[in-house]
Amino acid sequence: MKANDTDTQGMYYLASLPRRVVTVYIPLAIFVFVLLFPFYWMGVTSFKPDNELLSRSGNPFWVVAPTLAHFKKLLFHTSYPEWMWNTVFVSVVATFVSLLASVLAAYAIERLRFRGSRQIGLSIFLAYLVPPSILFIPLASIVFQLGLFDTKWALILTYPTFLIPFSTWLLMGYFRSIPFELEECALIDGASRLQILWKIVLPLSVPGLISAGIFAFTLSWNEFIYALTFVSSSESKTVPVGVVTELVEGDVYHWGALMAGALLGSLPVAVVYSFFVEYYVSGLTGAVKE
Amino acid sequence: MLPAGVLLLLFLTYPLGLGVWLGFTDTKIGRGGEWIGLQNYEFLWGDSVTRLALFNTLFYTTVASVIKFALGLWLAILLNERLPFKTFFRSVILLPYIVPTALSAIAFWWIYDSQFSIISWALVKMGLIDHYIDFLGDPYNARLATIVANIWRGVPFVAITLLAGLQTISPSLYEAGAIDGASGWQRFRYITLPLLTPIIAVVMTFSVLFTFTDFQLIYVLTRGGPLNATHLMATLSFQRAISGGALGEGAAIAVAMVPFLLAAILFSYFGLQRRAWQQGGSDS
Repeated sequence: MKANDTDTQGMYYLASLPRRVVTVYIPLAIFVFVLLFPFYWMGVTSFKPDNELLSRSGNPFWVVAPTLAHFKKLLFHTSYPEWMWNTVFVSVVATFVSLLASVLAAYAIERLRFRGSRQIGLSIFLAYLVPPSILFIPLASIVFQLGLFDTKWALILTYPTFLIPFSTWLLMGYFRSIPFELEECALIDGASRLQILWKIVLPLSVPGLISAGIFAFTLSWNEFIYALTFVSSSESKTVPVGVVTELVEGDVYHWGALMAGALLGSLPVAVVYSFFVEYYVSGLTGAVKE
Repeated sequence: MLPAGVLLLLFLTYPLGLGVWLGFTDTKIGRGGEWIGLQNYEFLWGDSVTRLALFNTLFYTTVASVIKFALGLWLAILLNERLPFKTFFRSVILLPYIVPTALSAIAFWWIYDSQFSIISWALVKMGLIDHYIDFLGDPYNARLATIVANIWRGVPFVAITLLAGLQTISPSLYEAGAIDGASGWQRFRYITLPLLTPIIAVVMTFSVLFTFTDFQLIYVLTRGGPLNATHLMATLSFQRAISGGALGEGAAIAVAMVPFLLAAILFSYFGLQRRAWQQGGSDS
């Protein structure tokens, strides 16, 4: 960041109000409307009774007689609660495993300065650019050979492949910003590397850890292709896969239940995200800026 | 100190190699494969569906990325203005990016429904069209519909990251430009764009990369149909390998994406270098 962050006044006072309405507020309003409309539509649909859903008369943008029938169906007549639990379990475990591995890796690359650490740092970044859609076929055969097919462990072990490179990259940036002198002091006082990492570096990089954690959590919550490929029985599916593969049955789509499922599946990430927006944004932009 | 290394080697480097190897075999699900050399690639080269998928992927990536960039940049500039509730806007705008794509794709599926589409309904009420649009049933409509959904999901990412870049540009540069008589467009063209180029390069690499290998949206919205018109390389390789059981062939399709990805990465690399050069290599 530059030093002029305080000088944000700029030339905004030059633009008159009507002009700003046309050039700024109206386009912005359209953007926000388009970006949020699908969510509104999801919400409205999930509370609509079936007869309102399938009628073309009346105002479709509003619910006349809201109903919880779709949620009831979802929670008591499908495996939705199980999928939810799977998703939470897999995301949380995968996030912690990757964070732990990333902290160690990032610290090693950043501070131990062994030969080739720069190259490893770069290759970690490149690993982040390898998309899952290339890896899912060979990974499927590995998962099969390890006997993990159709278990949650297949997902917990494969998610770190895209979580670790990302979080390591992010944490490397944070560790770099911690003054080296602090660690030297601790070394002189007789602390071991692990003690330094645990007692000095980690407390100082809590914001970085939160960013990486939130990011990893949302990424694994949203993961689709691995979950679709490696898991086939209903009991171990995650929410996105379960909704797509099991709630869509036959030719008549139960739009109400589908939308309710999509809404409930989106809520947890949205809530987690809303608490940590700043961390998330800094993670997102930090990853790109490095 | 390298559990990450072990995990990555086992589940990233090894699969990459295995994927390349599988591409040269005729492995089927449940049966080991024999080395058949380039036969998969020869077959795919002559396969009209694969060619169509390659075309679709390039079309999808190009159109979606260009529009995402234009809209994203515009949105970033709007958000860089002095606004009330700026942080609120910024967080709300990222929502499409946060929510699981598979789930928002379902919402789009419903929006695009051939009988109950809300878009058709609104257009009919406004008197612009007289019958409902078949969004996902017609090849070109389906392509455009999936591209729109992809743009919807991708714009927030582009906008927020470019916004971070815009915020590092000093307002005094614009003041200086204005005093010298530069118009709004000139200020954008000669101040904003050059200073933003490095970050644009990186952001667009990411965007292109993830658009090119997109899977979820297509899988949920169309599964590649109608008439394979929306099949991308990723969905085709899934269909051939997992649904069809021809692991070797699917892997070959996936490997065929690699050259394009490499091109994107190189592009990013040179973008980064240019950044270091522009700023004297001192900025962190």
